[in-house]
Amino acid sequence: MADRSFSASRLPGFSTIATIVFVVLYAPIVTLVIYSFNEGKTVSAWEGFSLRWYQQAWSNDIVQEAALRSLTIATCAMLIATTVATMAALGTTRTGPFRGKSLISAMINQPLMVPDIVTAISLLIFVAAIKVATGYQGLLYLILAHSAFCIPFAYLPIKARLESMDLSLENAAADLYASPWQAFRRVTLPLLAPAIMAGGMLAFVISLDDVVITTFVKSGGQDTLPTYMLGQLRRGTEPDVNAISTVLLALTVVLLSLFFLLTRKRN
Amino acid sequence: MTQSTEQAGSIARKNWLLSAPALVVLTLAAAGPLMIMVVYSFLTPGEYGNVTWQFSLNGWRGILLTEDIFEPGTYALADAHLTILLRSLKLSLMTTLITALVGFPTAWFIATKPVKTRILWLFLITIPFWTNLLIRTFAINEVIRNDGILNSLLIWAGAISAPIQILYTDTAVFIGMTYVYLPFMVLPIFAAIDRFDMRLLEAGYDLYASRGQVLRRVILPIVKPGIIAGSILVFIPSIGAYVIPRILGGGKNLMVGNLIDLQFGQGRNWPLGAALGMTLLIIVMIALVFYTRLTNRGAARG
Repeated sequence: MADRSFSASRLPGFSTIATIVFVVLYAPIVTLVIYSFNEGKTVSAWEGFSLRWYQQAWSNDIVQEAALRSLTIATCAMLIATTVATMAALGTTRTGPFRGKSLISAMINQPLMVPDIVTAISLLIFVAAIKVATGYQGLLYLILAHSAFCIPFAYLPIKARLESMDLSLENAAADLYASPWQAFRRVTLPLLAPAIMAGGMLAFVISLDDVVITTFVKSGGQDTLPTYMLGQLRRGTEPDVNAISTVLLALTVVLLSLFFLLTRKRN
Repeated sequence: MTQSTEQAGSIARKNWLLSAPALVVLTLAAAGPLMIMVVYSFLTPGEYGNVTWQFSLNGWRGILLTEDIFEPGTYALADAHLTILLRSLKLSLMTTLITALVGFPTAWFIATKPVKTRILWLFLITIPFWTNLLIRTFAINEVIRNDGILNSLLIWAGAISAPIQILYTDTAVFIGMTYVYLPFMVLPIFAAIDRFDMRLLEAGYDLYASRGQVLRRVILPIVKPGIIAGSILVFIPSIGAYVIPRILGGGKNLMVGNLIDLQFGQGRNWPLGAALGMTLLIIVMIALVFYTRLTNRGAARG
């Protein structure tokens, strides 16, 4: 040890712990991905490469419907949450203190503070009452619920970008007789676009991942991919769940890579 | 003077108008339902679930006390509920502690990497952070099962002769929560270290401080806000965990989240479920108050 060059930031044992952490963090996920290509049914034995579980999942009507429903809900929730979050971010950043500012930020952050299960049962109670009153059983409940808990995730990157943005460009636009709308449309919005896209992606991922709130809000026959998977797990594990997990995992990795590129480039 | 207050008023109006759509969505699907839940905790359970509109404190009383079936009016401590509440507290505090102990070295490891590779390591910790909780719970389930990788490995190594039953125990829930929530601890600690000027460490050593002194006097004060923020991010989802104990606890080792779920299913006691939900929320609030106190004190000092 003595001959190693001295590094002030090196702490004994820390690298070892970190290495173990990364191995432990990834080993289960990697195993799951590998065994989704297993010919056999169990995780204990490797019986050769095969895509049969992907085929089985793909040819299952219930899985297809659930996948389509997940994507529909996530897309709608992303569009709604990102739109309203962008507006709210414009209304709450780069402005002095005004009446009710802390109330607005408390409401936006609420979904981050309240445990999922509590939001879920409060929505169950609320939706049950509306279902009785209106008889409507459709997807709108889920879309509304997802939009709400996606708002803080869309809001945060947009707010961060706005706070670090240079005001002088907008002032220059105003000096050149741009109307406030022109200045927003031609200057602010293009500068903000990467953050809006980043926020949208987080919202999409968060919606796609939700299982607790969806379980409690959905009507009969409205399974999304995660609630379908949770149901399958209860019935004993089927390897097609591995295949679905792997596809979802791949989607998350792709979206996150895009997110990283979008937020890194400007800094 | 009046002109400037008028101006301030119009700015506030514009800001409120811009925030209005978000607030409408949040009122409909977050704040509003929460208020209704408070009301429901004071009602009487309906025969087939739901509620009848009659004021009652039984929901709240039911958290800690059960009424004797044969002698109405006499109450005994609800042992089952107490056990579940204590288990939830114990497991989520243990999870917070172990993730802090392991998360600090991990965050330090990432933050002291050269800039180019640092992004890669950060990305590696971010992927599990955003990966579906269900998938990761499922993955850890495959590892700790009786015929899972962990037991097979231990038997192969000769450490044990028969598989150890880990699944469907408190330990399984603890392992699952630690595994799932660890990235929530690493990221804020990393953020705290990332702002830190590493040259201060060299300054410490130049002034003949020992490694222990540097750790205690220089590093820990820097890392502390990160650990506090991480603890909140780990504690809140842990105390409210529902999916992890449902899959890894196997119906016996319930946490508060599962107890709440029961009241809306077999239990058919929505007011009790609502009151339990409020209890969970109050625990979270206490944790948050604690958190703001700690961070404010830190800010005032530093």
